[in-house]
Amino acid sequence: MSAAAGIRHLLRAKDLADARYAESLTVADLARAAGLSKAHFSREFARVFGESPHQYLLTRRLERAAALLRATDWSVAQICHSVGLESLGSFTTSFGRVYGQSPTAYRAAYPPARSLVRIPQCVALAYGRPKHRTFREDTAAAPS
Amino acid sequence: MIRIGNAQFWVHDQDEALKFYTQVLGWQVRADATMEAWHFRWLVVGPPGQDDVGLVLMPVPGPPMLDEASSEALSQLVAKGGGGTLFLETDDCVAAYEELKGRGLVFNDPPTTQAYGIDTSFRDPSGNSIRLTQVLPFDPSRG
Repeated sequence: MSAAAGIRHLLRAKDLADARYAESLTVADLARAAGLSKAHFSREFARVFGESPHQYLLTRRLERAAALLRATDWSVAQICHSVGLESLGSFTTSFGRVYGQSPTAYRAAYPPARSLVRIPQCVALAYGRPKHRTFREDTAAAPS
Repeated sequence: MIRIGNAQFWVHDQDEALKFYTQVLGWQVRADATMEAWHFRWLVVGPPGQDDVGLVLMPVPGPPMLDEASSEALSQLVAKGGGGTLFLETDDCVAAYEELKGRGLVFNDPPTTQAYGIDTSFRDPSGNSIRLTQVLPFDPSRG
């Protein structure tokens, strides 16, 4: 296999990490996508892309988690789960290592997610008024 | 310069729509903010790699935005496919079709050659129409 063809296989695994990080994807899955044994894949991936596949996948997940902390009001646990990570403890630790603060502190440093709402408050209020709420005028006897 | 920021679809169920656009279509959540007191949820999704345009997924409004009869009519109209169409583009329609089909997406038609390119179509869970087109140089003989 030419060097370029070998790298092309590794790129397939990298693309898979980019596309499917939200699922419970593992380095073994990435190795399978590249058609290599896990140990050989990890070594080759690190040589070509400059970081281990584990590190690459985790970084994608943490970047996405950071975006969700800024753009949504989901709970930290919900965000952890939605980027394909299962353990809230290791998520918080990894996040702290990369961003230098806890997910909650990171979120607090940005405007709240509701600042992204692009319709006036009065419209949102009218829009979100509960349906089927009446003051029973409709059931009162009609004036004769 | 004026540009498109967000476009919007009416949906019957925001949770169901969110699941479809992120888990099936593979899009990202651009904003999801709920104002409990207002019973209002601003939900925006968009395709990875195109950060400056989003699709707002709004529930069909009731009174006072729309009277009950109109709200029900709009809800049914969307379910009938009258809600509108989102025109998506891709570099490889067949590959996108195969990938999305693999994730359980049901298409209305297989990738089909048209004068303007190759395209296919599907619907979101509410019935909104989505076309996926690989644009090619216009060639009437292809259609």
